[in-house]
Amino acid sequence: MSETTKAIPMASETSMAARFKRYGIWIVATIILLVAPYIFSSGASITTMCLMGIMIVFALSYNMLLGQTGMLSFGHAVYYGLAAFATAHMMNWVIKTGAPIPLPLIPLAGAAAGLFFGIVFGAVSTKRGGTAFAMISLGLGELVYSSSLILRSFFGGEEGISADRTKLLRFFGYNFGSQIQVYYLIAAWCLLCVILMYAITRTPLGRMCNAVRENPERVEFVGYNPQFVRFIAFALGGLFAGVAGSLAAINIELAQASFVGAAQSGAVLLAAYMGGVAFFVGPILGAIIVTLLSIKLSDFSEIWVLYFGILFITIILFAPYGLSGLLMMHAQFWRGPLSSRIARFGKLFGSYLVAAIPALIMILGAILLIEMIHHIVQKSAEGPMMHFLRSSRFTVNTHTALPWVGGIVALIGGFFAFRMTWPVVAKAWNNALADAQRSGA
Amino acid sequence: MNSAVELKDLKKNFGKTEIIRGVSLDVKSGERHAVIGPNGAGKSTLFNLISGRFLPSSGAIHLRGENITGLRPFEINRRGLSRSFQVTNIFPRLSVWENVRCAVLWSKGYKYSFWQNIDRLEDVRARTAEILDQINMTARAQTPAGVLTYAEQRALEIGITIAGGADIILLDEPTAGMSRSETEHAVALIRKVSEGRTLIIIEHDMGVVFDLADRISVLVYGQILATDEPVKIKSNQKVQEAYLGAAGHD
Repeated sequence: MSETTKAIPMASETSMAARFKRYGIWIVATIILLVAPYIFSSGASITTMCLMGIMIVFALSYNMLLGQTGMLSFGHAVYYGLAAFATAHMMNWVIKTGAPIPLPLIPLAGAAAGLFFGIVFGAVSTKRGGTAFAMISLGLGELVYSSSLILRSFFGGEEGISADRTKLLRFFGYNFGSQIQVYYLIAAWCLLCVILMYAITRTPLGRMCNAVRENPERVEFVGYNPQFVRFIAFALGGLFAGVAGSLAAINIELAQASFVGAAQSGAVLLAAYMGGVAFFVGPILGAIIVTLLSIKLSDFSEIWVLYFGILFITIILFAPYGLSGLLMMHAQFWRGPLSSRIARFGKLFGSYLVAAIPALIMILGAILLIEMIHHIVQKSAEGPMMHFLRSSRFTVNTHTALPWVGGIVALIGGFFAFRMTWPVVAKAWNNALADAQRSGA
Repeated sequence: MNSAVELKDLKKNFGKTEIIRGVSLDVKSGERHAVIGPNGAGKSTLFNLISGRFLPSSGAIHLRGENITGLRPFEINRRGLSRSFQVTNIFPRLSVWENVRCAVLWSKGYKYSFWQNIDRLEDVRARTAEILDQINMTARAQTPAGVLTYAEQRALEIGITIAGGADIILLDEPTAGMSRSETEHAVALIRKVSEGRTLIIIEHDMGVVFDLADRISVLVYGQILATDEPVKIKSNQKVQEAYLGAAGHD
């Protein structure tokens, strides 16, 4: 087969290898979801994984707008939150009437609510793209959030609406009282939604979404209405955000006003951006990492939000395509015989390690200084002694010079040492590139 | 012969500035019609009016007898009129294949489908491959459109324009900025893809115009000075004074 015909995607790939390539990733994902609670079996881990699963669906639904269609929304939590309330009301209705609807089907109500509000608000906001769309989304977000504090019968005021998930019709004997049962419910819905959202990217609409993102004007001259493309993408984004919100309500048996708020809209934006909006896997990575950080960082510091913000800015500045973009940059080295791939990555990661050590010293120096300043300004009443990173083993006296000098030396010295490693990394990168090109040819 | 595009006393002004000052034109079905004129004469504005990008201030546009005045670009496109742009207007981060495929989808009736796998649509695949073959870019199928050479982007622009199978094609300076050999290549391509269709072309290169066109309209300051066959345009005194003489300086 000539090179030119190879360039065209074949209509139907039927070989076993192609089949595995197409479905293998989903089989692997299913296995990971099934065994994860056995590897991370503590109660806290399972709770964390539940939140991750919810965030994955939410972040991917957000990326249907941002990464796929080029719509920057500041109010995506509206669909998540309203679906959460719809879910709580639905559950209470099912409990009250004794309708034969088991819990695993309840997210369908969230999907319907998300789709409904996606259609209603989408009809208004998708008339415009770009900045106008972003501003409308912000306005709608504020509108719904303030309504949630006014319309007490639907939103339940301060306490929100709670619903007991164990009181529904049993599902093959499961009542979803334990967190592990909820985990599998979330995992199943997460997998289903991820597959569906991935499939949508490979449909005529999915590709026209990309075209609208690239050049909405040209789309009009190939027969498509870009506003309608945006509208459908928005409605579908609302649907999947609705599933995520529904799972969240089931997970904590509660829907609160904060679910529709700006912080929730911001969280999904951060997750999608940190993971990278240019690749389908990006928001999945972002959802996992943002969930993990927002739970773990608070164990180490009161001002973890500050570090989270710094990390976000760093990623935006130095890796604008996010973590998935960084990973994908390495895909070009994955060619040639396996042994040469391993050798190539070994050398490259060796250089990363060389750079990582001074970088770590620099970061620790900075954190020490920030924590000491925070301690002196906010907690002078507790005296001069501070537990660094909340560890009882590293106690620092903030009234002596040593930790300050140490912090400054680590920060500045670490930076200059780190700066000196950049050429090493650059050289290793270029070598790997040249090596990969040789073995690819 | 039936008329493909008919303009009836078309006018367009931006604020107080009149760009198109009463244009009436009847482009026959199946002809290759060139629109020439000095810079600022309103040629691109005329295309923007016909294709629905701008709304006319007054007058009417008929497509095969149907009044399409005030319709939006995609509605006009669905009625079989497709256009290219003077400034390359493609999907830069999509591959060449995807660029052309986007332009094929509507004509094959897939509309806003989000339930069909696009890679399994055999008719779309075949049509996309056919267009890439016509514009000689099969080998570049997987290249992002944004990194193509200028001449390749111009060829892709034509590919996107013809992919939907429109039978009325508007090309806005398809050979602008091309070298001689690239121009020859482009003209051969245009001749090939406009076979059996109606072509309206804006072009500054007189060699291309007289080579390609069945009829020529000369647009000067928003009005048509003359519409005729190439030989008669060449010998038209008014045209020579207003345009061809001046164009000699280019």
